[in-house]
Amino acid sequence: MKYVDEFRQRDIARKLAGDITREADPARTYHFMEFCGGHTHAIFRYGVQDLMPDNVTFVHGPGCPVCVLPIPRIDMAIELADRHGAIVCTYGDMMRVPASKKNSLIKAKAAGSDIRMVYSTQDAMKIARENPDREVVFFAIGFETTTPPTAVAIKQAAAEGLMNFSVFCNHVLTPSAIQHILQSPEVRELGQVSIDGFLGPSHVSSIIGSAPYDFFAEEFQKPVVIAGFEPLDVMQSTLMLIRQVNEGRFEVENEYTRVVTPEGNEVAKDLMADVFELRRSFEWRGLGEVPYSALRISEKYADWDAEKRYAVTKSTGTDVKGCECPAILRGVKKPTDCKLFGTVCTPDNPQGSCMVSSEGSCAAYWSFGRFRMDRIKEAAE
Amino acid sequence: MNVMEKRFPSRINFRRGQVDMTHGSGGRAMAQLIEELFVKHFDNDLLRQGNDQALFTPPAGRLVISTDGHVVSPLFFPGGDIGSLSVHGTINDVAMSGAKPLYLSAGFILEEGFPLADLERIVISMANAARDAGVPVVTGDTKVVERGKGDGVFITTTGVGVVPDGLDISGTNARPGDMILVSGYIGDHGVAIMSSRENLAFETQIVSDSAALHGLVAEMVAAVPEIRCLRDPTRGGLAATLNEIAHQSRVGMKLNEEEIPLRGEVDAACELLGLDPLYVANEGKLVAICPPDQAQSLLRVMQAHEQGRDAAIIGAVVEDDMGFVTMETGFGGTRIVDWLAGEQLPRIC
Repeated sequence: MKYVDEFRQRDIARKLAGDITREADPARTYHFMEFCGGHTHAIFRYGVQDLMPDNVTFVHGPGCPVCVLPIPRIDMAIELADRHGAIVCTYGDMMRVPASKKNSLIKAKAAGSDIRMVYSTQDAMKIARENPDREVVFFAIGFETTTPPTAVAIKQAAAEGLMNFSVFCNHVLTPSAIQHILQSPEVRELGQVSIDGFLGPSHVSSIIGSAPYDFFAEEFQKPVVIAGFEPLDVMQSTLMLIRQVNEGRFEVENEYTRVVTPEGNEVAKDLMADVFELRRSFEWRGLGEVPYSALRISEKYADWDAEKRYAVTKSTGTDVKGCECPAILRGVKKPTDCKLFGTVCTPDNPQGSCMVSSEGSCAAYWSFGRFRMDRIKEAAE
Repeated sequence: MNVMEKRFPSRINFRRGQVDMTHGSGGRAMAQLIEELFVKHFDNDLLRQGNDQALFTPPAGRLVISTDGHVVSPLFFPGGDIGSLSVHGTINDVAMSGAKPLYLSAGFILEEGFPLADLERIVISMANAARDAGVPVVTGDTKVVERGKGDGVFITTTGVGVVPDGLDISGTNARPGDMILVSGYIGDHGVAIMSSRENLAFETQIVSDSAALHGLVAEMVAAVPEIRCLRDPTRGGLAATLNEIAHQSRVGMKLNEEEIPLRGEVDAACELLGLDPLYVANEGKLVAICPPDQAQSLLRVMQAHEQGRDAAIIGAVVEDDMGFVTMETGFGGTRIVDWLAGEQLPRIC
């Protein structure tokens, strides 16, 4: 596969592993948070941790788009289908995310609600065109990467006058989440989480550019390396972070130059600015209310805003008791620290959001790393 | 199936007609559909007996029976359709015991309004697949459900076969040290189905690998009767099949990613859609496990057969009570190949 296989080559991985081992100072540890679930997935899928020396570890961040949606928002999506009789369209990963009262979109679908899995906003619009007598709501989720397609859909619906279509907007913003993590007491004061640097988002940065990270690097004195999602990208970026730490630098560097520019994608940014505006605050699973961390549909396109069209009530649903997703999403705990992990919570029967998506830390631990942990446990006993 | 002796006033219009409730009513319309469609195309001596059952004398040996329901969507896809799939799927399930498949039965659930032209196309494809495989459809059943209560057509087939003496093939037989072989490229069927779904604007040249494997199996068991396990990695793909066997035999498995045959196009399609090819369905591939000293000769026999041309040894069975399947990645790390969680692709077969 051209443009992909080049970034998965074993020989280069070995060489990079050698460089990392040589340059990592054995007298200290390195904890790097990979913000994105895409990185988490690559680290587990390709066994990148196997190639790292013991003192270099990855702290898994909250950048899994389905993981960070709090239960009330999923309850609201179910209510749109259940009570308001809309066809609710969403990406596949959302289907199994637990809502409150042991419900989920997939269970609501089985119980008779019209919930459909789509691959794109265009699919949802097609469903709206084909069902003019039904209301169709697109359950929009994701970081800056999936926001421009939603903006396009809304503009298109406006241009076409597609009035039975609306968007339940749950788009969230990466920089405010990173800032929130860095400002959290666990990182700043308690020292519970040690973060020596960040592997910065790849696809998100292709939209917003690398410039938005300059502030954290400066303010929090932590290096950031924008890293691609291929395993060699992760390794090269890790080496770049180690070098910054060793040299006492805290800069924003860009490993993913084949896609990311400092200013990002101006067309996409203009689209987003036209269709969306900042929410004053938005609840994240794990992080709680984060100021200015999400988008809502602007007044100009209010006719296509499902939250304005329907009187949806905000539920008070909370996470399953014992579920450590919130702490795991902040990097405070590892999946194996959760009592539910692998006992009542597995990918077949997820209790928390991190066990659902392939980008979730718990699912990645379980699917790709389970044997290793069992071996470690056996050895400890 | 009942075959009526007398003629019907006018023939069924297969070009414009639709399935209606009378086609499953037990009356004249049903009898006519059976005669002019099913008996005509499946034509064989046992079916022509015209009874509600097919009567035959079983050959000596151990008999196997297997059944499989088919609900694939769309009904027609590159490389096959629900008809050929329903023949191949059940023949393969029978053959994975080492058996020679003898006969098939077929149950059709038709939805009111389904075009008879599509039904005829499916039945002809099924008849051709059965004829090519030398395994006739000898009895069957037709039911019709109201519009909206089905999705065109569902087909359930059952197969019986006879296992040659001296074989002991079962998912419980894998032992540490055994070698694991796969008969060719994985993931073709799943990607072919995906690319033909209308909500995926996605074009590939990949065709389903749907095929009957009993010919390949016959040569394999003749050459290496010590084969321990055979299984066709359909839903859940190679990963699910290997986990099933590991669990049944209480062993672990260690795979080598670089040895697993995977077409570039399938790899690329999976990459785009976020799927792992190890979990994508196959309909014309098998996994074989055999003692290590037989692996090379088994591989040669497989590669000499059309259905096993691209066969490869992909790993080994190891001791592990936990039943983990692990894989050395092409990148140089190790990962676990777990059971499939949830549903990667609904209605694949």
